[in-house]
Amino acid sequence: MSEPIAETAAVPLKRLLQRAERMKKLRYGALIAPLAVFLLLTFLWPIAALLLKSVDNPEVAAALPQTVHQLSGWPGKELPHEGAYAALVSDLSLGKGSKTLAEAAKRLNMEEPGLRSLLMNTARKLPLASDAGPRESLVAMDERWGELCTWQLIARNASQKTDYYLLAALDLTRDASGEISRGEQGDSVFTEIFGRTIWMSFVVTVYCLLLGFPLAYLLASLSKRSSNLLMVFVLLPFWTSILVRVAAWIVLLQQGGLINHVLIALGITDEPLQLVFNRVGVYVAMVHILLPFMVLPLYSVMKGISPTYMRAAMSLGCPPFKSFWKVYFPMTVPGIAAGGLLVFILSMGYYITPALLGSPKEQMVSYFVAFYTNETTNWGMAAALSALLLAATLLLYVVYNRLVGSATNGAPQR
Amino acid sequence: MGQQDGGSAHVTFRKVQKTYDGEHLIVRDLNLDIQRGEFLTLLGPSGSGKTTCLMMLAGFETPTAGEICLGDRVINKLPPHKRNIGMVFQNYALFPHMTVAENLRFPLAVRKLPAAEIDAKVKNALAMVRLEKFAGRYPQQLSGGQQQRIALARALVFGPELVLMDEPLGALDKQLREHMQLEIKHIHENLGITIVFVTHDQGEALTMSDRIAVFNHGVIQQIDSAEALYERPVNSFVASFIGENNALNGTVESLADGCCQVRLDCGARIEAVARNVSGVGARTMVSVRPERAFLADGEGGGNRFSAGVKEIIYLGDHVRVRLDLVGGHDFTVKMPISQLDRQLRSGDQVVVAMAAEHACALDPVVDAH
Ligand SMILES: Nc1ncnc2c1ncn2[C@@H]1O[C@H](COP(=O)(O)OP(=O)(O)OP(=O)(O)O)[C@@H](O)[C@H]1O
Ligand SMILES: [Mg+2]
Repeated sequence: MSEPIAETAAVPLKRLLQRAERMKKLRYGALIAPLAVFLLLTFLWPIAALLLKSVDNPEVAAALPQTVHQLSGWPGKELPHEGAYAALVSDLSLGKGSKTLAEAAKRLNMEEPGLRSLLMNTARKLPLASDAGPRESLVAMDERWGELCTWQLIARNASQKTDYYLLAALDLTRDASGEISRGEQGDSVFTEIFGRTIWMSFVVTVYCLLLGFPLAYLLASLSKRSSNLLMVFVLLPFWTSILVRVAAWIVLLQQGGLINHVLIALGITDEPLQLVFNRVGVYVAMVHILLPFMVLPLYSVMKGISPTYMRAAMSLGCPPFKSFWKVYFPMTVPGIAAGGLLVFILSMGYYITPALLGSPKEQMVSYFVAFYTNETTNWGMAAALSALLLAATLLLYVVYNRLVGSATNGAPQR
Repeated sequence: MGQQDGGSAHVTFRKVQKTYDGEHLIVRDLNLDIQRGEFLTLLGPSGSGKTTCLMMLAGFETPTAGEICLGDRVINKLPPHKRNIGMVFQNYALFPHMTVAENLRFPLAVRKLPAAEIDAKVKNALAMVRLEKFAGRYPQQLSGGQQQRIALARALVFGPELVLMDEPLGALDKQLREHMQLEIKHIHENLGITIVFVTHDQGEALTMSDRIAVFNHGVIQQIDSAEALYERPVNSFVASFIGENNALNGTVESLADGCCQVRLDCGARIEAVARNVSGVGARTMVSVRPERAFLADGEGGGNRFSAGVKEIIYLGDHVRVRLDLVGGHDFTVKMPISQLDRQLRSGDQVVVAMAAEHACALDPVVDAH
């Protein structure tokens, strides 16, 4: 008698539970929904859009639709057939004077200098005067129309997507036959800039660690009142505008600046030293600005390390310095990792400080992103550089995480 | 107080004082001899300076005055890592980034012992605390009791003759604590080392120690065996702090041959052993242990008072009868179940009695415990 009741009751109970759980989940979801929407709109979506820009290639397909259509399936081993020439003539006369054509011309000119004028001039001279076939007339107009590589270039850009920008950001190009190769001048502009960015970030991180570690240790071992006071000085850089700080460093470090005066007065040097508008100036200012990002995580980790560990080590017969190195230091590794990662990643994106305090040789990737967006409106290049910077950062993060993760698997789980 | 003669003092505190702020003495004039092979417990309320004493002995704090000797050697200036004193901390202080085996190797590796010897010693130490299987684990993968045992093994593995323990069992639950108390006691007996143990749990102190030093306000109140502390406390602090105690305040009326008559504040008179009274007319606290008083029926000798039963608390092996002495003193009697009169109800009038030798007249209580 009672069994069926229990059985029928069991199902609604389960459903009741599910409903209750669902309500709970919905409520939590509703709580973070505004943030999620905000992040989506202001962060994820723009980043995704920017990354897409680095492979976006709409110009040629938009300006020369018929040509592109005729060239589809063209093997590219010899000049295309008459139809392609006719289509080009038609596209050019339709697009004559339009912005679309100008953009396509600019786009092709990036890969092969001179193509802008070729396209624009050809369009201007249309319609064809003679009765000869379009191929003959075009080649007669400019012999480049009779060259295979011109057509290969157009065919290569027929698709809506291109790897041109990404390759260019790595100093690579596709040659006429479509093979990836080093740039013909053999220059390595961007690899050098990437290398420089990583190296400078690394140096800044190391200096921040060297300066920040003892400072954090001092903060963690002082009494609460003095450590609070000292903390104000550490945080001071946060409260002043970055431009003010950079300007202050220029004043301090310049040839006739305070630091050079002091050095000369102390007899350390006879000539004023070049301390700004070079690497030294950039390092000094960046370390100053980024130091709190190193000190704060280190401090919070060190604050959590009980002094009894050091005492225990010493009671076991270990001299103080060795105790520090063998017992205290390994426990600070999570703080070093967090601080180091923070400083490194922030440095990778630095722009203002090197731009104001460095020579052209100190400019980092962000500078060129800004250059391409502001000066040449080359969104493709800007996006490609950003994408590679992001990828490099993520890659380093993964490597770092793996290294540090394995080094601290025994660390306290705080 | 607590000074002992004897050739083989392992540790000597001589006129040691300690202040942290230059105003308050945390430890005042500490004189203490710890015998070789002794299990000495420092017992006292929180803030009485036990840890401070231990830290001075370990070398983490320097005495403000006086000297501490290890054997015949004054060690005031010897840094902690050269003292060769094992130490177990309250929160264990096992190094979280090292495995159990690495924790145990640490003191041996610092002493640059050959690898084979290190391995053997680590193995022995683990066997001693019966945790051989856990050598490869990290401390946070062990239970509290296991961590405690590893901490103990680490403090012993390098063979110190003196081991200090600062409330090592404070974080364990009652059952585990009692188990560990016996374990530590056995290790002490087997190894013959000197142990200085800090606790504020008197049960722990009574169970484990050869001698107990009772601290209050930075002064050793009494240092004695568990039995002497309990049966013959030298002052009202020790009487109240160790075990249960009925405190009866009054004034000394007469004093002769170590016995005195005390007029209690409620008006009754009591005869007591004069253990710590300054003279006739002085205030005193008479201490009576609850198990030394009993409910009497007929007439008889000794001290007798009539009282009202307030409450009867049944505790399995014994009962505790809370009484109201005439005049308003609270009084507790503890008796075996077999002696309880089943008819007794709260509100009944009874007579409570105790022998004069079980009433101790001590110094008056200044600050209530
Ligand atoms: N480093 C210090 N600086 C200043 N005062 C201290 C310091 N360490 C301890 N004290 C003070 O000294 C007194 C005794 O402290 P101690 O730690 O020795 O007490 P304890 O007997 O071990 O107490 P507990 O049982 O609570 O551990 C306390 O009043 C404490 O506030
Ligand atoms: Mg303490």
